[in-house]
Amino acid sequence: MSKLTDLRAKIVVNVEGYLSLNKYDVDESNAHIELVADPSDDEFAKLMLVCPAGLYKVDEGGIKSFDYAGCLECGTCRIACGDTIIRRWENPQPTMGIEHRFG
Amino acid sequence: MSDFEAIVVGSGCAGSIAAYELAQAGKSVLVVERGNFAGAKNMTGGRIYSHALEKVFPNFRGEAPLERRVACERISMMTEDANVTMDFGSQDMLKDGQDSYTVLRAPFDQWLASKAEDAGAEYINGIAVEDIMKDGTRVVGVRAGEDEITADVVLLCDGVNSLLASKAVGAQRPPASAVAVGVKQTVELPTSVITDRVLANSDKEGAAWLFSGYPTQGTFGGGFVYTNKDSVSLGLVAGIEATMNCGKVPVYQMLEDFKKHPVIAALIRGGKVVEHSGHMVPEGALNIMPELTGDGVLLAGESAMMCVNLGYQVRGMDYAIAAGQMAGEHAAKALSSGDTSKVGLQGYIRALEDSFVLKDLRQFQRVPGFMEGFGRMFDGYPQMVRDMLNKIFIVDGSPVPPMKKSMLPIVKRMGIMNVLKDTRGVMRTL
Repeated sequence: MSKLTDLRAKIVVNVEGYLSLNKYDVDESNAHIELVADPSDDEFAKLMLVCPAGLYKVDEGGIKSFDYAGCLECGTCRIACGDTIIRRWENPQPTMGIEHRFG
Repeated sequence: MSDFEAIVVGSGCAGSIAAYELAQAGKSVLVVERGNFAGAKNMTGGRIYSHALEKVFPNFRGEAPLERRVACERISMMTEDANVTMDFGSQDMLKDGQDSYTVLRAPFDQWLASKAEDAGAEYINGIAVEDIMKDGTRVVGVRAGEDEITADVVLLCDGVNSLLASKAVGAQRPPASAVAVGVKQTVELPTSVITDRVLANSDKEGAAWLFSGYPTQGTFGGGFVYTNKDSVSLGLVAGIEATMNCGKVPVYQMLEDFKKHPVIAALIRGGKVVEHSGHMVPEGALNIMPELTGDGVLLAGESAMMCVNLGYQVRGMDYAIAAGQMAGEHAAKALSSGDTSKVGLQGYIRALEDSFVLKDLRQFQRVPGFMEGFGRMFDGYPQMVRDMLNKIFIVDGSPVPPMKKSMLPIVKRMGIMNVLKDTRGVMRTL
């Protein structure tokens, strides 16, 4: 088992279920966060740990994926890996992204 | 001739108050907010200490969308299998100017924005400031969408994740060691159920509750609960560097585990999660504070890293409101005198220096470094206290040894020198 699949095995909560309760207007045409082409496992594992939305994922086979759609726009990944595997971090287009009803 | 005398970027606590002050002083001011409404992108734990807000809006208690007045402070040390809580309430903490309230930012910030708008500030929501316009070293306006809008002074109040502060004043991106990530769920429950479960005296009063230990599963950080009118704000704050290097599970899994702890499970039983949110908390205080002024620009609130987390107390919004007020007031003065250069805006810095804002941030300057090295607070001490209280409270019929004999081994496991050192460290740091 790799570091990433080890970590995956410890995640039992369905965070997507929680994200689905949020109000979003997803900008399908523009990814506001971009990763480098081949992110290292070590750096990716950091983002799996700190992203509060669980957007940095790995499947059973250890294949990494990232989906900006559920982003909470906190900026944590930019602080954690802004010098390593986060290539670009912008806010979503205005009016797009998350809209807090409570905050 | 500029389009506006002042532009405020971001409509949170600092931005709305600054805009309000500028408008009150008769200045033309535009607020640009990237969310569809003020508060749409904002999040707090959270509780606001009222003293700074009261200075701007003496009648806020009757007007603002406050959730509950905090009548009960709780601090817990939690392990997976135990929890010990200190529960404090006093008449003094309810007095005007010493009172604090739980709030939700979507409604609260809309109210703040309405105050600024009523005072004459112009608002555009749903437009993002994408860039700062400069003429040499001087900030002369903002680029928002297709538009270039000029102003004699720009107030950057765009929050902890400011993408503009580096161009405006050369701010560095703060290091992962100086910032924490907060993850929160808003859990809906009937008003009276919340009142009963936290033993509040009425539906207008509630609790603020902080936890160390199990919420972050031994790494740097802590959990929180704030009771709103008909919801509970429940979450945790975890140091980014500590978590990315030493975390065992992701922060959202920590939150889920925290929710399953018997103490929290009993509090939110039957509740419905209605929102899952995240926000960074700047914990580096003065060490990561950018330049607060430049030619034609000043910063207030979280874009200036104005926040303090002492473990038993978390503050940000009262600093933002006070700084926003001073920023607005001194930007207006600078506009009147015709000098909004860095020198002309010095009044803002002096006002901050003379106020609790920079005095507190200076006072607590050593807290972040100390807390980071204070691993025992997130792991060892909660376990030590659990073991001691187990010895005191559990009766199983076996002969009871002298207290000294049962307690000493527990303290020794932690190391008596460590306990003494940490006690001294806490005293020195605070």
